[in-house]
Amino acid sequence: MTISIDPQKTNNESLQPKGWLRYFSFSLDHKVIGIQYLVCGFLFYLIGGTLASAIRIELASPMSDFMPRDVYNQVLTLHGTIMIFLWIVPVVNGAFGNYLIPFYVGARDMAFPRLNAVAFWLIPPSGLMLVASYFVEGAAQAGWTAYPPLSITTPQSGQIIWILSVLLLGGSSIFGGINFIATIIKLRRPGLKLMQLPMYCWAMLGTSLLVVLSTPVLAGTLILLSFDIIANTGFFNPVLGGNVVVYQHLFWFYSHPAVYIMVLPAFGLVSEILPIHARKPLFGYTTMVFSIMGIVVLGLVVWAHHMFTSGTPPWMRLFFTIATAFIAVPTGIKFFNWVATLWGGKISINSAMLFSCGFIINFVFGGITGVALAQVPFDIHVHDTYFVVAHFHYIVYGGTVFIIFSSIYHWFPKVTGKMLNEKLGILHFIITFIGFNLCFAPQHWLGLNGMPRRVAEYDPQFQFVNQISSLGALLMAISTIPFLINVFLSVRHGKDAGNNPWNALTPEWLTSSPPPVENWEGEAPLVEEPYGYGKEISEQK
Amino acid sequence: MLNKNIYLILVISLVFAISFWIGFNVNLLPAEASINAPIYDELFQILFIIGLIIFIGMTIAVVYSLFKFRKRNDQIGDGIALEGNLSLEIVWTIIPSIIVLLIGLYSYNIYDRMGGMKELNHSHEMMSSNTEKIWAGISQTSDSEKAINNLSIEVSAMQFAFLFNYPNGNFISGELHVPVDQKVSMKMESKDVIHAFWVPEFRIKQDIIPGQPTILNFTPTKIGKYPIICAELCGPYHGGMRASIIVEEESDYNKWFNKNKKPEVNL
Repeated sequence: MTISIDPQKTNNESLQPKGWLRYFSFSLDHKVIGIQYLVCGFLFYLIGGTLASAIRIELASPMSDFMPRDVYNQVLTLHGTIMIFLWIVPVVNGAFGNYLIPFYVGARDMAFPRLNAVAFWLIPPSGLMLVASYFVEGAAQAGWTAYPPLSITTPQSGQIIWILSVLLLGGSSIFGGINFIATIIKLRRPGLKLMQLPMYCWAMLGTSLLVVLSTPVLAGTLILLSFDIIANTGFFNPVLGGNVVVYQHLFWFYSHPAVYIMVLPAFGLVSEILPIHARKPLFGYTTMVFSIMGIVVLGLVVWAHHMFTSGTPPWMRLFFTIATAFIAVPTGIKFFNWVATLWGGKISINSAMLFSCGFIINFVFGGITGVALAQVPFDIHVHDTYFVVAHFHYIVYGGTVFIIFSSIYHWFPKVTGKMLNEKLGILHFIITFIGFNLCFAPQHWLGLNGMPRRVAEYDPQFQFVNQISSLGALLMAISTIPFLINVFLSVRHGKDAGNNPWNALTPEWLTSSPPPVENWEGEAPLVEEPYGYGKEISEQK
Repeated sequence: MLNKNIYLILVISLVFAISFWIGFNVNLLPAEASINAPIYDELFQILFIIGLIIFIGMTIAVVYSLFKFRKRNDQIGDGIALEGNLSLEIVWTIIPSIIVLLIGLYSYNIYDRMGGMKELNHSHEMMSSNTEKIWAGISQTSDSEKAINNLSIEVSAMQFAFLFNYPNGNFISGELHVPVDQKVSMKMESKDVIHAFWVPEFRIKQDIIPGQPTILNFTPTKIGKYPIICAELCGPYHGGMRASIIVEEESDYNKWFNKNKKPEVNL
């Protein structure tokens, strides 16, 4: 049986609601779905951020005094799960991927619009279920890693709801991944070659391969874990002869690639933003593509570096050290290329550019601590301490979340036709950058000196540094205020953006802002040089 | 052109100088109280200096670009249409590869010196069944000690405490007493969930896993009382799961040992 994909028929305009209502509908328009992902993700970011604030309030004093100890464990479990599965993964993949990929390949929609809508609509119910599990018997409290036997022995209802919602979110992620691969490979406009695609397409191709290869492993693992919890099977339960270390292998086989699922799309987005605001071509396009694919391949064979103090024999520790450290090479190439993209440009210092540069600085820092953590003897001391907490927040917050904000400042005019206010944007950047570094830089010291992660109480000697960290968290919370004011004011009263306020060459800017339902009035334009700044095609604009 | 190169060399040397100065003068680590600790700190210092050079260098490059190449108000048009530079890209592929490879080899050397590559065994192996599989850990032996004076302790962890069994003295203690400068060999097993044994001053950590014994060997070098911290989330009171290790002179240790020793039961 062949299924004919005719975007003009699948996207029957007359059946879709109009105006703001379409954002609450089962819309098949990739742009609507993209915005649904973004707004839904941001709402969960606010919930996850509130939980983070609760953690930092608890840790402002050495005693466990702000909330009960088991609630604290629920809070840190929900914080991690929400931030990963409901904010970062859906937003850098689902939101920007859905909005941009069809433009970049010159299509009128994604390859499977209905699957796309299903993928999004799995997210709100599973997210709400996860948050609501707190009110049943308490939410899951074994951390976002849900290591057995702890996850088997803590209250069952919370853990089972946690498994169900992560399964649904994983399913959503797989549907999205299949859709992106199909769209990028099969839906390219005639005449558009793979090596002419904007870098974000390559990042999403690599990411989607990781999603499709590794997420099913997590799903299988969690199903086995749920059997252990409900049906008393003994896959991971040592009392029944199960093996707890096998769970860790299976879990990290997904969850390490998950880090790349969170950062590779950000690498793609920053590759779109920097050339436009620096008015220069992306430096080293081909090496950038090979670096992404190198990261994808290496990313699949490094998972056991999360288990250096666990049950791993010496040879295995060594193999994973080398494999992990080598990821620094393709990653390093990308960072050098971005700096080379800035070099000699005519850089507009605006919010999008500042957040992107903040990303480079934060991520380089997180990458350096990452290479250090990859070394077994180094890791043995700091594993499961605040050093690790600091490291991965530099990657996922200082890296990816900075790029999410950068992207919002960059594409807001495309989506709404209005500009965001630059003064508020720069204020947002300054508070976020200072708050973030104040919050997480001191945590490296805490970890090195003896503060383990996931604790509600600690030695009094760490109080001062923890309070600095909590102050940074307060600034981070405050920083969302100018951002929200900016968005709500600009949607209504923002300066008109025109179709192409940045004078960009990538295809999404070659249509009206906001774009029409099927992206272009006529044929999709053939963009052979998406980064041709400084050349004739750019001068003609 | 010559001027530019001089500035570049000047900036690079300054970055190196600052990084080395910080690397040698800023101590981020707790006291060193085991044979492992100075080895660890050596690795830390080198990684710290390399990391500082890269971080400061990249930050300067980004901030300088933003300042130097910012768009002035009267400027229009684009920057130069530079799409890449193959030799430059090869340089920044090969140099990081070499650095990463050297760090890897060096950390292998460090790991070997810590005893990480030694075969895992426990001095009780002859007594327990030989088929028992030891899963992981650090088996530290240095040639000077020859493992003659080898204190064997069995550690069991449970929610939310550590118990230390001294098989030679037939007693169990909640506090870990060890003589200074003697190799201690621990076999660890958990009774419920996963815990971890961490002594920050010793720079060692090993998970304690239910159903699979793990090994941890170390040699304390400094007299004092240090915290033993559980580092793996193990339940509501995880943060309070602490014990102490007391490193003391051999005579003090023997006094404590003899006080607690129970006569062996004749079977």
